[in-house]
Amino acid sequence: MNNTTNTAELICPAGTPAALRTAVDAGADAVYCGFQNATNARNFPGLNFTPQEMEKSVAYAHEKGAKVLLAVNTFPPAGKFDLWKQAVTAGAKMGVDAFIVADVGVADYVARTHPDKRLHLSVQAAASSPEAIRYYAREFGVKRVVLPRILTIPEIRDISGQIPCEIETFIFGNHGLMVEGRCSLTNYITGLSTNMDGVCSPAADVEYIRDDAGNMTTRLGDYTIDCYSCDETAGYPTICKGRYRAPHRDDGYYAFEEPISLNLSRMLPDLMGAGVNAFKIEGRQRSRAYVRRVVSAFRKAVDDIRAGGEPEFADLHALTEGQKQTEGAFKSKTWR
Amino acid sequence: MSRIHHSTQPEGRAKLLHGFQAPFPRFLLQPILRRIVRKIAAQNPDMFNRLGPYRQANFVIDPTNLPFALLLRPDPDDLLLVACNRRNLPDHQACISGKFLNLLQLVDCDLDGDALFFSRDLEITGNTEAVVCLRNALDDVDGSIAESVADMFGPAGRGVLGVMRRAGQKNEQ
Amino acid sequence: MKLTLGPIPFHWSNETKLDFYARIADESSVDTVYLGEVICSKRAPFFEPRLEEVAERLEHAGKTVVFSSLTEVMLKRERQATEGLFDIEGREIEINNSSGLFNIDGRAHRIGPMMNVYNEATMAYLARGGATHFALPVELPGTSVSLLADVAKDIGAGVEIQVFGRASVAVSARCYHARAHGRIKDNCQFICEDDPDGMALKTLDNQDFLTINGIQTMSHSYVNLLGELGEMDAMGVTHCRLSPHSQDMVAVSKVFRDVMDGKSEPGKGQECLNALDIPAPFSNGFWHGKSGHLFVTPDAQSAA
Repeated sequence: MNNTTNTAELICPAGTPAALRTAVDAGADAVYCGFQNATNARNFPGLNFTPQEMEKSVAYAHEKGAKVLLAVNTFPPAGKFDLWKQAVTAGAKMGVDAFIVADVGVADYVARTHPDKRLHLSVQAAASSPEAIRYYAREFGVKRVVLPRILTIPEIRDISGQIPCEIETFIFGNHGLMVEGRCSLTNYITGLSTNMDGVCSPAADVEYIRDDAGNMTTRLGDYTIDCYSCDETAGYPTICKGRYRAPHRDDGYYAFEEPISLNLSRMLPDLMGAGVNAFKIEGRQRSRAYVRRVVSAFRKAVDDIRAGGEPEFADLHALTEGQKQTEGAFKSKTWR
Repeated sequence: MSRIHHSTQPEGRAKLLHGFQAPFPRFLLQPILRRIVRKIAAQNPDMFNRLGPYRQANFVIDPTNLPFALLLRPDPDDLLLVACNRRNLPDHQACISGKFLNLLQLVDCDLDGDALFFSRDLEITGNTEAVVCLRNALDDVDGSIAESVADMFGPAGRGVLGVMRRAGQKNEQ
Repeated sequence: MKLTLGPIPFHWSNETKLDFYARIADESSVDTVYLGEVICSKRAPFFEPRLEEVAERLEHAGKTVVFSSLTEVMLKRERQATEGLFDIEGREIEINNSSGLFNIDGRAHRIGPMMNVYNEATMAYLARGGATHFALPVELPGTSVSLLADVAKDIGAGVEIQVFGRASVAVSARCYHARAHGRIKDNCQFICEDDPDGMALKTLDNQDFLTINGIQTMSHSYVNLLGELGEMDAMGVTHCRLSPHSQDMVAVSKVFRDVMDGKSEPGKGQECLNALDIPAPFSNGFWHGKSGHLFVTPDAQSAA
């Protein structure tokens, strides 16, 4: 969709109804959320929405002019597909504005049973080329693709000229390193699958051990993921943010990525110029405090840009993982 | 859930409270804490759903710069919030520790728990899943828990909260 | 059941690859060989000029040859490589990225293990688009494989499971081999060639953990489903895949062939595998719906 635009929707995370209301009140154009089960990729304990909560939340968002996008973006294993069907049926009945999907079978199911509903292709589908995106657009009528966080801005511009659907990119939050939907690290260590169960480093398998000197060791299942000395900042207890030893790196190093968050606030105009139609803020597992602060900051920045002015950016440094931020692959190929 | 049961295990509770001998007069605090936790529970009955299997779990909340720690059992049928001696903690499944003002702002949804964890201002030990459930349950409570607590104590309560928040903001800068 | 040899995931020299495939052609008992670079498009040009001759050599030896496509498709050269596969006349192809599906135009093709076929609906949909054979994700438990095998039987498609070798547990846009040596992907100088079975990654307390292979992260343990072959056959799995390593793959193929053909008991086969000096423990946890790194012994299985 080759359109240079200075408008872009702000897509915001909600892990609870209170977070959804916070996001809407802070200026979200759309909120994405999921049910309390394996049908979405943030199936964390105590998080997400019951059907009743979803119904009320959709009503709240619509009343305030915001959309609700339902994440049904995991991969149902054979024998369990009905749960995903139920999520789609319930979401449609409640009037969600779009489904975010990754699995071919789920996409086909939504396209056949709810042809009037918008389909968004989740980042979990890992569609990173024009051909992959065009496949999903042609087969299932996908209206928007959420791009993986691995492309530079010129590459995004190139893609936008070759696809028949909208583009959504992440602009803030967790900096995922592995290709989404192709990562079985959690399952290898814990027996729960990111793709099938919607979990990444399940809390039940995470243990923090503090020693007398104040150092903290993070364990996942039977393995040590990292150890922070008392003056070091910490990251999420995920395998891809841990420190390990390699034959040439006996010191223990961040083999995949250091604890760091994506922050593209300074690139918003360039992203709009590259044809990005929607900006996504990561963090359904984060608190209302995070949602309020990050959504407000980006609402203001996007409005400033729309009005033709210079955007002013709030300092979000304190909310970043490891208290560090990056523009990652968006800025330079050297990130790869 | 307007009706909150009184303790069904008076013996267990007596045992928990037994032997607290720190210089701080915790006994003055206990009735206040009891009022606070009941009020919050009565106002937010849905929050317990997010606790799943951890309603009966014992959480130690340890404000490291206060002379006592807190023991919380978020069981809607047997709520417990008591001050306890940090050198002699009762049995618990998880412990959350940090400076009092940070914990206050966390409950107040002024600070993000993950951010406090990243900066090492919040430490978690024990059952991580229980802590995540508690966090998510508290985060789904609309408005400010701290404010509703302050309101319970009238203008004086609100005044104290104001002072503490200002101190917290100063702390952040 | 047929025995297949997956594409070489590692960066071996041309000489090593030519020797390897010569032995596979002459001495191994595999039925099908998948050829091509599936991990890193930067490695691909080295062996590309030799692919056709290797394919012919293998076919002369009676093997079926299938060309595999790249797992990650983003750059122009990766898009062209994927499209280029369709231009090769008379060869079956295995698609490992949805980019490959766009131009397939109903032609028969195989679906690779990186394609996320987890359920009946996905399998049926892809089959309608021309897919005739499905290599299922390595993390899929046997209970789900069994249900998918039923669907495959109905539509006349093949079902393939990796039964030997390190499991692919993640891929990334970033090259972790380069990163370990303080380089970036564009300036990697092909450092991955130094590690014929990948680079070992240990935890800070020196526990064996994962294996780095360029942009790919693999398990430390070797998947080994020797003891599950009978169960697979009964549920309708049609193909078993060995993933190449620098150890004696001819010997490995013989062990699996003999157990598949009933010439040898799994226990006996296991003893032969143990004698091959494989530098890591075995695992079958994924198949049993448990942590992938675990090895569930036959005793524990029957007790459960």
